[in-house]
Amino acid sequence: MASTEADVFDRLGRGLSALGAWIDKRFPMTKLMKEHATEYYAAKNFNVWYGFGVIATVVLVIQLVTGIFLTMNYKPSAEGAFASVEYIMRDVYWGWLIRYLHSTGASAFFIVVYLHMFRGLLYGSYKKPRELVWIIGMFIYFCLMAEAFFGYLLPWGNMSYWGAQVIVSLFGAIPVVGNGLAEWIRGDFYISDITLNRFFALHVAAVPLALIALVVVHIMALHEVGSNNPDGIEIKEYKDASGKPIDGVAFHPYHTSKDLVIVIVFLIAFSAAVFFAPDMGGYFLEHANFEPADPLKTPVHIAPVWYFTPFYAMLRAVPDKLLGIAFMASAVLLPLFLPWLDRCRVKSIRYRSWIYKIALAVFAVSFIALGYLGMQPPTQPIYVLCRIFTILYFAFFITMPFYSRVEKTKPVPTRVTS
Amino acid sequence: MAESKGFTRRHFLTVATAVTGGVGVIGTAVPFVASFKPSARAQALGAPVEFDVSKLEVGAMSKIEWRGHPIYIVHRSPEMLATLKKDESLLRDPKSESADSIQPSYAKNEYRSIRPAFLVLEGVCTHLGCAPSPRFEVAPADLGPAWPGGFFCPCHGSKFDLAGRVFMGVPAPANLGVPPYRFINDNTLLIGSDTGSS
Repeated sequence: MASTEADVFDRLGRGLSALGAWIDKRFPMTKLMKEHATEYYAAKNFNVWYGFGVIATVVLVIQLVTGIFLTMNYKPSAEGAFASVEYIMRDVYWGWLIRYLHSTGASAFFIVVYLHMFRGLLYGSYKKPRELVWIIGMFIYFCLMAEAFFGYLLPWGNMSYWGAQVIVSLFGAIPVVGNGLAEWIRGDFYISDITLNRFFALHVAAVPLALIALVVVHIMALHEVGSNNPDGIEIKEYKDASGKPIDGVAFHPYHTSKDLVIVIVFLIAFSAAVFFAPDMGGYFLEHANFEPADPLKTPVHIAPVWYFTPFYAMLRAVPDKLLGIAFMASAVLLPLFLPWLDRCRVKSIRYRSWIYKIALAVFAVSFIALGYLGMQPPTQPIYVLCRIFTILYFAFFITMPFYSRVEKTKPVPTRVTS
Repeated sequence: MAESKGFTRRHFLTVATAVTGGVGVIGTAVPFVASFKPSARAQALGAPVEFDVSKLEVGAMSKIEWRGHPIYIVHRSPEMLATLKKDESLLRDPKSESADSIQPSYAKNEYRSIRPAFLVLEGVCTHLGCAPSPRFEVAPADLGPAWPGGFFCPCHGSKFDLAGRVFMGVPAPANLGVPPYRFINDNTLLIGSDTGSS
């Protein structure tokens, strides 16, 4: 009996490899697997900061799957939107879970992406030869902002309504074409059913397609140049006889098995938020949004969701409409130019000067402080603080070309350290 | 391969094809871009609305909707009207002279209204379109001792006086708009049109 059993497995195995060979002649299955997983070498000294890219991908999948299921019960009309969200929450089996996964996923996405970007600042991942990886990543971030903004209108709560009103009005400040542009975006003279309908189309079809395409391009560009590492050295410069980087290990199975642990830890935290604090005390889901949109009544305290508040604080800090918007827009765009603003050849913060360490710390504190200030009611002391931190935020980028050129760095090792 | 000699027939055909294709792409984009504009139905909506001012008490404000915008109607008391003269030095555009200060010619006066007692305003902040809240009390704790009463925008803290004129040092660049309106009779306002009827 035993011999026939082995025989069956043997034949099954040979059948599968024949099928694989058949596919490989027609589609580069094995080739892609090798290039991007089993023979893609990444440094062996990755720390936990290198887990956020994988987590971001996991969150993207969560958002896509839960989003598809939400569209099956959601109605994109001014009449039906708010009620359909209540219907999802109360009458659709597990609808509350699917919606909370999606709404918590939005905040999780930004937490993870902000940390992922901060990793880039820590270890100089935006520097040559990874400029395009960084720039494509910034485009992903812009798409994510658009996706979050369009999605926030969909529940048609009062904060949804007035948030959209404020953001669309930002375009109205552009000289000459502004008002026509704002009207073109809304498709009406105010935020209306028409606006809601088109934001739905953009949120569920246009932006997600762009997002997925950009994520694929981001990973392709990364795998072309190879991942950076906490020492900021190029592992490709030291290869063994067979041409593999000595300090690298294959992405699969070595990095994937480690990433699995990171993903599980993330999912534990994520589930805790979904099940125990889906509105996170008003930070993930704002309380003013639990009442339907009212075009006549702005909520007494209006603020965007936390992930936009750093930029919103800058808008409020400037007592001039056009200038405020110019500050906000340049704050969002400035990181695009980091690869050229930073003139220091050393990548990792481990070997950079105290000037950069202080600059980065001040920048991080400013970003968090602005995020907090952007949620506070508009009063005079808040404005003063907003202005101080706005100046510090911009100072990080503007002073960088000067100090980074003359920075006194430590010697960089040739091989990765443990 | 033969060496190219300047601008050949092949070059011409390549450029001509690219240009023709480009024109086609732009032409095809036009309907898609234009479909984003307010539709004929959206443009047709927005008929004028009537409002009975006899029910509005002195010092009170009413809000009605016209073209999806809040319209504020305030029955100003003599004390409220008196503040308009006093606060002029604090305003950015006290005489409503800026091109961004939108009001019909019959409301371009010191009260920004046809009848001094009744103020008709678009409740749309000229900063980013929030609806400013009525704050008619004088010198409340949060707005400071100089506050003469007016409108305060909760979004970004813009301030307007009791004629909807913007104060200096706030993000809003212009006075609140005054919509076209007229009195059909002593007590009935028609908002949205200064000629026809509802």
